[in-house]
Amino acid sequence: MLHLIVFSVFGLVCVAGAVNLLVQRHPIDSALSLVVVMGSLAVEYLLLGAEFVAAVQVIVYAGAIMVLFVFVIMLLNAGTEDRTKGSRVAMLFGIPGMLIGSVLVAWVLLEHSGTGRVAVGALPGPPKVIGWLLFHDFLLPFEVTSVLVLIAIMGAVVLASHPESVERGPTQQPKREG
Amino acid sequence: MVPLSYYLVLSGILFACGVTGFLIKRNIITIFMSIELMLNGVNLSFVAFAAQWHALSGQVFVFFVMVVAAAESAVGLAIIIAVYRTRETLNVDRINLLKL
Repeated sequence: MLHLIVFSVFGLVCVAGAVNLLVQRHPIDSALSLVVVMGSLAVEYLLLGAEFVAAVQVIVYAGAIMVLFVFVIMLLNAGTEDRTKGSRVAMLFGIPGMLIGSVLVAWVLLEHSGTGRVAVGALPGPPKVIGWLLFHDFLLPFEVTSVLVLIAIMGAVVLASHPESVERGPTQQPKREG
Repeated sequence: MVPLSYYLVLSGILFACGVTGFLIKRNIITIFMSIELMLNGVNLSFVAFAAQWHALSGQVFVFFVMVVAAAESAVGLAIIIAVYRTRETLNVDRINLLKL
């Protein structure tokens, strides 16, 4: 019973944050409601027993990625978004479509998904076990991931740097005499 | 004991909110945040199914999804900065030319 109450409270907070992300018109408000969604999702992971995933969710998602978002919003001085004709058409079809889609998915899941139930901490995922899995069964994907992150870092640096400074590069340095 | 379907419904609602944000938002940064919302919804269903089937690899997959999301957001935000530098707008309706 308590499990259901905690699940419902944080599930409602989660959905409220997601809806608030859609309603707000300033990107910084959307970013902060996304932080709320991610924090309450971490609690849902804890309820399922996934300790490692919950910790990574808070550190990587709510911490690193959202800081990056807020940083870019402030760097670009993003203001309130303006409504255009295209956005009104999208709203006219998008919101009813989303409602119909979610009701259908919820109906199918609630009516036809059998009687599977999940207890509190159903599958403990402590960091030790996850680490063992990562370095034994998933060693190759793990190493490929490190290459991916390296390429992403280089891509981000190249893309975000000033085009002039890339072209000038080392040639701009003062030439040695003689 | 909470039915597995409740977790899946929550995950579906989050995904639907992400899709809607992708459609109705006109700010490129908010569109990007909607993509993150969709990834979060999928992660929740990964963890719920992992608990249902007692397979820890589901949680490892969530870890990989998070790494890819971090890489994606780093590159994506760099692209947004580059676009803003050339167009001086964040509205996707005004970014309609491949070449200036």
